[in-house]
Amino acid sequence: MSTEYIDNNSRSSDEDSGTYDEWIPSFCSRFGHEYFCRVPTDFIEDDFNMTSLAQEVPHYRKALDLILDLEDVSDDESQGQNSYDQDGDHNMESSKEKDNKGKTQIVNRSIIEHAAEQLYGLIHARFILTKQGLQAMAEKFDHKQFGTCPRYYCNGMQLLPCGLSDTIGKHTVRLYCPSCQDLYLPQSSRFLCLEGAYWGTSFPGVFLKHFKELEDYVERKGKESYQLKVFGFKIADQAISGQRMKWLRQYPSTEEEWDEFAKCEFELPQP
Amino acid sequence: MAEEIEQRLTSERDINMDKDESESSDYAEMWIELFLGRKGHEYFCEVDSDYITDRFNLINLQRSVSKFTQVVQYIVDELDESTLENMPRQRLEQLEKDARKFYGLIHARYIITVKGLQKMLIKYKDADFGRCLRVYCNFQPLLPVGLHDVPGEDCVKLYCPSCEDLYNPKSSRHASIDGAYFGTSFPGMFLQAYPEMTPKHPVKRYVPKIFGFELHKQAQLSRWQELQRLKLVKKLEDKKVDLNKSGGYKLLEG
Repeated sequence: MSTEYIDNNSRSSDEDSGTYDEWIPSFCSRFGHEYFCRVPTDFIEDDFNMTSLAQEVPHYRKALDLILDLEDVSDDESQGQNSYDQDGDHNMESSKEKDNKGKTQIVNRSIIEHAAEQLYGLIHARFILTKQGLQAMAEKFDHKQFGTCPRYYCNGMQLLPCGLSDTIGKHTVRLYCPSCQDLYLPQSSRFLCLEGAYWGTSFPGVFLKHFKELEDYVERKGKESYQLKVFGFKIADQAISGQRMKWLRQYPSTEEEWDEFAKCEFELPQP
Repeated sequence: MAEEIEQRLTSERDINMDKDESESSDYAEMWIELFLGRKGHEYFCEVDSDYITDRFNLINLQRSVSKFTQVVQYIVDELDESTLENMPRQRLEQLEKDARKFYGLIHARYIITVKGLQKMLIKYKDADFGRCLRVYCNFQPLLPVGLHDVPGEDCVKLYCPSCEDLYNPKSSRHASIDGAYFGTSFPGMFLQAYPEMTPKHPVKRYVPKIFGFELHKQAQLSRWQELQRLKLVKKLEDKKVDLNKSGGYKLLEG
């Protein structure tokens, strides 16, 4: 690690006492950003964690500086220079940027802001898979900040945010219910346009595997399901409105079914 | 028991009393319209006043509220204005409360009649009851349903004809409506009356993955559940049920 890093670190911690800089808290506290947790700056400052992100986000350097609040300080010319020098070793783009410094300065601030949001989202998706990140998300999970399952028999089970793709611009965020193991859209419209890649496809899986007690809790839960009835009578299977989705909420219960379940371990047996 | 008799007597007296003053007074707005326009009452449809005043339809509802006849007349705006004006405030509040409850109970009966089903069909097509939040149900409109036919037991739930599951209403305003105001049989009757409204059921489902690899336990369960589905399909095909029409399965694309 270069000395500039240490310099930068000590400078920022001198200015504001917390470990967090300004941009991240303000981004996370914005309306509709309740699903985001705060990524500590030391995670972002570790270049290893940023591997290949430079290719995915435009104006990577400037965006990163904005997230780490290095940009505002850089009206002090020497420090601004410093932050460019230090990146030059790792990043080819930044040397290019350095050449056309005059040109890049014209780049609209809102474009940089947008790039910073994308970058932060992708960093966020990586961070929440770390131990520290899982802890931060677990806290949000406990406070039901991702909402609760709309399914009646799930009894208000907390949801986990989840992406259907790890690249930006494919799908918006979805919510996974550990109880019915199904995927839902957020209840509130303010979350409907959040990018799914900011949580990533692996998050619910890693979360379930990290907090084993959650799976145990879900297993102990009641496995009720609903069947449509008219005046107390079930509807015939042959009817168009007959029950066709029972399997979706079905769990093995009899011994025979458990045997069948065991056969499903690696492949779907012939019915 | 004595109370009951007294109640019946008073209600009979009410009938006699109201017979004399049968002229309907002009209200600026009808009670039903006011009720339906209230926030949170979007799930209700308009019950014809003919249906409400037909005593046959009210069998067994008499005891659900006190002064049943007065409540009925209050709902259809046939209660004399002077009676209303002379009423103490407390009684008026009680009357309004009873009227809402009574309307709900009649509503549960009305929506499974031919006319009521038609009205609910329009509301269903407009997705007035909301849409299923399950990702693979593709914004399927929902149907309201109660878990009990007796009021005061549980709140209204929403039935998704696509995944055949039960959901809580999105808004707390709707979540506090009594389930008995829609009844346990409504979605079943609705889908019997309009079988073409039954969507094809989605087969696609989600298994959590870590870096592209499915979680073993969850994947095993989903395979077992798929096996149950295939068994059902076989059973239905033996019974010569056409699963390519509505009520069948929407298989995976491609």
